Amino acid sequence: MHSMKKQKEIGTYLKYAVLIVVGLIMVYPLIWMLGATFKTNNEIFSSMSPFTLHPTLDGYKNAMNDYGGKINLFSAMFNTYKYVIPKVVFTVVSCTITAYGFGRFNFKGKNLLFAVLMSTLFLPNVVMNVPQYILYNNFGWIDSKFYLPLLIPSLFAFDTYFVFMMIQFLRNIPRELDEAATIDGCNHIQTLWYVIVPMLRPAMVSCALFQFMWSSNDFMGPLLYVKTPEFYPATIFVKLSMDADTGFDWNRVLAVSFISILPQLVVFFAAQDQFIDGISAGSVKG
Amino acid sequence: MANKPSDTLQGRPGKFTLFYRRNLGFLFILLWLVGFLVFRLYPFLSSLVYSFSNFHLFNGIQQWGLMNYQEIFSDKKIMNSLGITFKYSFITVPLKLAFALFIAYILNYKIKGVNFFRTAYYIPSILGGSVAIAVLWKALFRDQGLVNAIIRIFGGEGANWLADPKYALFIISLLRVWQFGSAMVLFLAALKGVPADLYEAATIDGASKIRQFWSITVPMITPIIFYNLVTQLCQAFQEFNGPFIITQGGPRNATTLFSLLIYNRAFKSYEMGMASAMAWVLFVIVMVLSLIAFMSQKYWVYYGDEKG
Repeated sequence: MHSMKKQKEIGTYLKYAVLIVVGLIMVYPLIWMLGATFKTNNEIFSSMSPFTLHPTLDGYKNAMNDYGGKINLFSAMFNTYKYVIPKVVFTVVSCTITAYGFGRFNFKGKNLLFAVLMSTLFLPNVVMNVPQYILYNNFGWIDSKFYLPLLIPSLFAFDTYFVFMMIQFLRNIPRELDEAATIDGCNHIQTLWYVIVPMLRPAMVSCALFQFMWSSNDFMGPLLYVKTPEFYPATIFVKLSMDADTGFDWNRVLAVSFISILPQLVVFFAAQDQFIDGISAGSVKG
Repeated sequence: MANKPSDTLQGRPGKFTLFYRRNLGFLFILLWLVGFLVFRLYPFLSSLVYSFSNFHLFNGIQQWGLMNYQEIFSDKKIMNSLGITFKYSFITVPLKLAFALFIAYILNYKIKGVNFFRTAYYIPSILGGSVAIAVLWKALFRDQGLVNAIIRIFGGEGANWLADPKYALFIISLLRVWQFGSAMVLFLAALKGVPADLYEAATIDGASKIRQFWSITVPMITPIIFYNLVTQLCQAFQEFNGPFIITQGGPRNATTLFSLLIYNRAFKSYEMGMASAMAWVLFVIVMVLSLIAFMSQKYWVYYGDEKG
């Protein structure tokens, strides 16, 4: 009995040891990155500590340099949010409406259309990039000032993952609530607005958060569709600033990178529980 | 052209109230359906058509035929890149899932500070797609980078990871393995759903923890293993950002994943026909793998009759 208890204790210590080591591997690179932004270029790769005795703001000062006189870090970040924020709004609205249609109504061909919706979840994007580019090129959307290729599809519930997530969530909201609203004289749009939307709010928040992260991080989209330097978003700017100085100015490059993800970090820490609940809600339940 | 997707819908009569009432829900999904037809179905089918042509973005189409597919299957460089893509996926996906399950399994014990660890492990997943993290990866695995510094402390030699064709692909793959957080969160949710009485019964029968893991835990969470497997495979075969930003496909083409070749053909030399054909080859591979996974489900995926 005694030895079993001891064994259990050792097991517990072992578990914490693994968790802490893995946790360090997960987080240390980010901490090191933050530290490196305050170091001189000579010091960055000479020690593995994130701390420095001779902190400098050179990295940050140089991070403000513009690229080719056309764009700097802050205008690039501003460009990012010029399409990310509308995209988030469009996605939440269009996905909620679509999920309401699938989750609460019966109509001809619903099962077929739902199967189509599900299949788009598994449709690899790689096969879509080329023809979508051709399509947007025909529409005259390439290099649009308003980021149309990045924005317009989200008006049409393009990211079906979120529709699916919301349908899953809707299933757990009792239909009696809808029925009560109908008896009280609500039409379907009023029911959606006064009953479904308040209940669905956690799913909508998750949807907004994930879309915010994903589209702020999106690199391929702007790479294909944004050509004019003035319109470059932060992701492209970071890539350019890395290519511009091959290996000399790492404190600047890391400072640029760090500032560019700062808004995402803030959003993540402010809403970490919603993120975690969000992934769990979106998964297929066995 | 699909400029007027509404054409297909206008024919539907809305005259009868009954019909209207029965199909009211259709109005709510109309937005999605239009988007699906214009931004997904039409491009999807048109790329299949383009794949049989020599469509060039500026010169148009002069020739139709199977030449793109013939080139793909006879060009050594392209086939080589396909091989690299397979290798990349078969390194990344198992490692990522194994890590995710292992950590989720530990976190599922009554661990103090679960939320803290869960958050820490999840950060790389949420930021991982960003260019900033790719830049960081390049800094970590430089010759003078952090990783070599740590290895040297322990007396090792280190290596020039990203410049050595032997290691570069593995390092690119590690960037994705490092982002095991979202798969882990899914596993953790599934593990919480395994009924505790199963473990109690097994303990009474004298089954060891390892035995319990393989005979109870794994079978009970096979649906999530399956889901993670399919989604991760799908992602891995399309990987682009990592190699594009960190290694540009080098050294000596060691990290030239298929998506990089497609990108070069489509957006550097504007050979849209050829790029479409390559995308379709990749698409068919991913579909076949998913299909195999789906078909194999009945042999290893356990869907309980009851919720749990």
